[in-house]
Amino acid sequence: MLEGLIFLIMGLITTACALCVVFQKNPIYSAIFLIQTMVSLAVLYVLLHAPFIAAIQVMVYAGAIMVLFIFVIMLLNLSKTDVEGDRDNLLFQKPSAIILGLVLLVMIGVVTLKTVFQGTKGEYTPESISQIGNTQLVGKLLFTKFVFPFEIASILLFAAIIGAIVLAKKQIIKDEKV
Amino acid sequence: MIPLTWYLILSGVLFSIGAVGVLIRRNAIVIFMCIELMLNAVNLAFVTFSRQLNSMDGQIFVFFIMTVAAAEAVVGLAIIIAIYRNKATVNVDDINLMKW
Repeated sequence: MLEGLIFLIMGLITTACALCVVFQKNPIYSAIFLIQTMVSLAVLYVLLHAPFIAAIQVMVYAGAIMVLFIFVIMLLNLSKTDVEGDRDNLLFQKPSAIILGLVLLVMIGVVTLKTVFQGTKGEYTPESISQIGNTQLVGKLLFTKFVFPFEIASILLFAAIIGAIVLAKKQIIKDEKV
Repeated sequence: MIPLTWYLILSGVLFSIGAVGVLIRRNAIVIFMCIELMLNAVNLAFVTFSRQLNSMDGQIFVFFIMTVAAAEAVVGLAIIIAIYRNKATVNVDDINLMKW
């Protein structure tokens, strides 16, 4: 009962904040609402017996990635007028996009409600997970069954670091020297 | 226990909101945030199925999705900064050099 109540409250907060991300004019407000969306999703992960995922959701997503977003918004110093202009280049873009989004939502809903999800049940029931410990289990799997993707992830992060430095470093423009 | 279909519906709602956001916003950074929103919706679906099937694989996948999302955010924001330096705008309607 309490679980259902928490789900309802958190689901409503998540949906409302996600709508605010899309419909706020100022990008910094969008970023703040996105942080709230991620924190309430972390609460839902705790309800789903995934505390480790909830913790890294708060630390990596709401912490690291969103700080990067806010940093870039402040670095570029965008005012809302020069980004979201009044001109409408595509005819009826907003209404048709919203209608298409509703169609997508209805399709996802129908598929989710009609499908009977079957599959071979794994060995990790919530009881056995809580016996070993969720974080310990994730760590064990990362270094045994998923060790190859784990190493690939390190190469990916390394490539991203180099890519970011190369893309964002100050390019020497010839006009500056003149 | 609440039915896991509810979580999937919530995930679908979040994904649709993200998709609409990508379609209606012009600010490249906000479009980027909407993509993050869609990634989060997929993460929720992964954790739900992981719970339903008594398997840890879904949670490991979420871990890798977060890695990819972090790399994607870093490179994407670097591209946005580079575009802003060259064109002094992040409006995607003004960035149309690659449009047929």
